[in-house]
Amino acid sequence: MLGQIIYALPFLAEGFALTLWVSFLVVLFSLMAGVILGVGLVYGPVPLRWAVRIFSDTIRGIPILVLIFFVYYGLPAIGLHLPSFWAAVTALTLFKTAQVVEYLRGAVGSIPRGQTEAAMAIGLTFRQQLTSVIFPQAFRRFLPPWINGVTDAVKGSALVSLLGITDLMQAINQVIGRTYEAMPLYILGALIYFAVNYTLSLASRRLERRFTFIRE
Amino acid sequence: MATNTQEIPALLDVRDVSKAFGTVQVLRSVSLKVSRGEVVTVIGPSGSGKTTLLRCVNFLESYDSGSIRIDGKEVGFREGGSRQRRGERDLAAMRAETGMVFQSFNLFPHLTAAGNIMLGLTKVRGKSTAEARSIAEHWLGRVGLGHKADSLPAELSGGQQQRVGIARAVAMEPKILLLDEITSALDPELVGEVLEVVRGLAQDGMTMVMVTHEMAFARDASSRIVFMADGGVSAIGPPRDILAAETDNERLRSFLARFRASHF
Repeated sequence: MLGQIIYALPFLAEGFALTLWVSFLVVLFSLMAGVILGVGLVYGPVPLRWAVRIFSDTIRGIPILVLIFFVYYGLPAIGLHLPSFWAAVTALTLFKTAQVVEYLRGAVGSIPRGQTEAAMAIGLTFRQQLTSVIFPQAFRRFLPPWINGVTDAVKGSALVSLLGITDLMQAINQVIGRTYEAMPLYILGALIYFAVNYTLSLASRRLERRFTFIRE
Repeated sequence: MATNTQEIPALLDVRDVSKAFGTVQVLRSVSLKVSRGEVVTVIGPSGSGKTTLLRCVNFLESYDSGSIRIDGKEVGFREGGSRQRRGERDLAAMRAETGMVFQSFNLFPHLTAAGNIMLGLTKVRGKSTAEARSIAEHWLGRVGLGHKADSLPAELSGGQQQRVGIARAVAMEPKILLLDEITSALDPELVGEVLEVVRGLAQDGMTMVMVTHEMAFARDASSRIVFMADGGVSAIGPPRDILAAETDNERLRSFLARFRASHF
């Protein structure tokens, strides 16, 4: 079994890199979009709040796989042809963005109103209130669910193999196609995904501990 | 210096301010002038609009009609009576001219005592970190917390937190300081240290409007007392007139009677 695993490793390297690349892009884009939309949901004018609310609820109500197929096979109907890689990244990003919006809303909502008022009272602008007072405090609450979401993104990225993209999952399947040794390869795949996510969890716990000094 | 023949304009000029929360009228045509260096305390039963009035002065709350001017400048709305709200940056700049101390302290828990004071100095006043730090240390010394500069709020007692709250507000050198029931959340034995700080500021000539339930303090430290009832100014005058037992203001008499019964 070890022999088969060692044989497979070089074939998986490229797929693994692609898995990390997809995960990274999805996490990065969804963080940016989610924070912006989340701020819109909490502080924006009513129409914007509604728009974000509808976006978030709709996306979160759709299975991620449906979303991927919709973006790749559905959007060409309205003239939007995305290559499989970007279709997958787009779909996963949409899905994650809706989650980040909720994490942000929860984290910012947990900060007492008095904090904003105190920040306003010393003359901070809205942007300064967010960056100097609200976000530093909300960060501690945002981090645990968000890291969880990052590990979800890594796991969820396996779905891109369904669009024929050679990520780690697809690479594993290709090796199995040649060797007909499913069990060792799937165990290997599971170990790799686990190693990535466990590392993330450890990093998260470290970060959390660094921010526990903030008490009310 | 200009001649003093004219009346000195009030530093704070509240005129006919009214405000409703839905169907509840919380402020009814409130007018109040506060001169430079004056200490005005606002008393009254809960729900009488004291805190709302204070929050309107730095525009944490908007109001439906009337005007509030500090040093001649309209606070929340653009000049010209259009009742068009000031822009966000403009409002922030206006608010920096008024200091506010809150009942629940509202210190920033992620920043040290000095950090709480330095935030406005660096971000709003544009001071360097070193300069801000030395101002923070000066004010922490003034409120008797020079040794706590690097403590987080959670490491301080309520009275100490509130003194940092006061230092944070005055370090910005506001034109007027608003104090909203600043001792109400404190254990009784911690009230004295906070009021002592306020007394010191009054002696320094800081203009203050203070909502309080501390009648003894209102009597001793304020130049005038405003008694509010049902969203309006029911009585206003020097402490000895307002707190006199034989006032003919029915509302005031019953408020004071109830107050004496429960507090003495």
